[in-house]
Amino acid sequence: MNHEEIEISVKNMNLWYADNHALKNINMDIPRRKITALIGPSGCGKTSFIRCINRMNDLIPTVRTEGEMLLNNENINHKDIDVVSLRKKVGMVFQKPNPFPSSIFENVAYGPRIHGEKNKQQLAQIVEESLKNAALWDEVRDRIDRSALSLSGGQQQRLCIARTLAVHPDIILLDEPCSALDPVSTSKIEDLMVKLKEHYTIIIVTHNMQQAARVSDYTAFFLHGELIEFDETKKLFKKPKEKSTEDYITGRFG
Amino acid sequence: MNLQQKRRRKDQLFAVVCFVSTIVSIVLLALLLCDIFIKGFSWLSWDFICSYPSRFPERAGIKSALWGSIWLILLTAALALPMGVSAAIYLEEYAPRSRLTKIIEINIFNLAGVPSVVYGILGLALFVRGLSLGKSLIAGALTLSLLILPIIIISTKEALGAVPESLREASYGLGASRWQTIRYQVLPSAMPWILTGNILALSRAIGETAPLIMIGALTFVAFTPQTPLDPFTAMPIQIFNWISRPQPEFADIASAAIIVLLLVLLTMNAAAIILRRKYQKKLQG
Repeated sequence: MNHEEIEISVKNMNLWYADNHALKNINMDIPRRKITALIGPSGCGKTSFIRCINRMNDLIPTVRTEGEMLLNNENINHKDIDVVSLRKKVGMVFQKPNPFPSSIFENVAYGPRIHGEKNKQQLAQIVEESLKNAALWDEVRDRIDRSALSLSGGQQQRLCIARTLAVHPDIILLDEPCSALDPVSTSKIEDLMVKLKEHYTIIIVTHNMQQAARVSDYTAFFLHGELIEFDETKKLFKKPKEKSTEDYITGRFG
Repeated sequence: MNLQQKRRRKDQLFAVVCFVSTIVSIVLLALLLCDIFIKGFSWLSWDFICSYPSRFPERAGIKSALWGSIWLILLTAALALPMGVSAAIYLEEYAPRSRLTKIIEINIFNLAGVPSVVYGILGLALFVRGLSLGKSLIAGALTLSLLILPIIIISTKEALGAVPESLREASYGLGASRWQTIRYQVLPSAMPWILTGNILALSRAIGETAPLIMIGALTFVAFTPQTPLDPFTAMPIQIFNWISRPQPEFADIASAAIIVLLLVLLTMNAAAIILRRKYQKKLQG
């Protein structure tokens, strides 16, 4: 993948939960404006890895990390990094839709507002634009002041994506975004991801191998905290180099 | 008797024991309330609420005690709520999960169980004498604040802890700082429960007698306090005073005062419920 522009360069990344060595020596170059899927059985470290990219692991007191994660030549794993501005650049969508218990408008406006946008017209414009980009605008345009909790699960998840888009990140992390959704909502989010990769680098954790095969450009296979194989999705699924990758994608374990 | 019958028998027995306990406590409470209402209701009047205490039963009123209690509760709220809520926010959101934090938290639980008379002794030594505040409203309010601080901290901490972690993650994930997350997401979500806990803590303060007697609140006051440094009396003290008098009429007047105290308490609890409903509606849309 020499021909790709690199967004994030991971070098010798290690992570421990207290004594549990959860990520072992990860080296990986994540390409810009592509979809990279992380697959592997539960507990293999893919969620731990994705949460390193926006330093969400900081919230867990027992976590310790080592190694480099370079974003624009800056090591975001350094303790002096400003996590607030990092998280503005690296948005995240979680496994379970977690809208704020307020209106649809407030959900999307929250991000720009905490980053200092006060102008009401400007906010309204950002909200509309973000909801359009998340393919939700047509469904909610006439009830934007209603509670976000009145939306369906799939709509809530697209609202969470819109909320992330509203702060104009470079990278969007999706941690099993469809695992709580029905197939129709899932395919809507997949279409959306493909559309969003024009402007954003997307990294998605998924348990669904078909999903990884359908939407991603690159796929990384994790097992027991190690990165076993990382390649173009087509190659990895058609001709995996490692035996364990083949076993996993053919459903022999996991 | 086979196993199944035995099990059913035990089940029934347990249900009966629970039922009897419920009935006994309800009946006792009802008897007590009936007694108070029968004795006190005829003494209740607007004059009773608007008159100062007197040694003549027919002229005695609860004005100074009612005002004293209102002053006391407002001052206590102003002192204890900001401090208690801030302490709870610190312990729940900022403090490192260290052994020291654990020890502090356990001790706050223990403080909530300390008899109120002990707080009275502390208030007497610290506020009345140490800070030379005298037998003033502010000394009483400070003492009651100490008394209810542990309750406020515990209930607020529990309310904050019940806010789902996913909400915090959503906010942090957008680049919100810790303060922004607490201010805009965690506190509003926890607010109904924080309000309920705090109002219940204040209800406890308004019914306290022992610490106020300890700090020497007066039992016969024929004026309403004008500033926090004025001497005062409060409803529980007035009730205690009337009951200990030899004339039988004063026992009935005490019952009337108890009804007023109960009304104040019920109003506060109703306010807690209404506020909680209102906030919950707002959150769920």
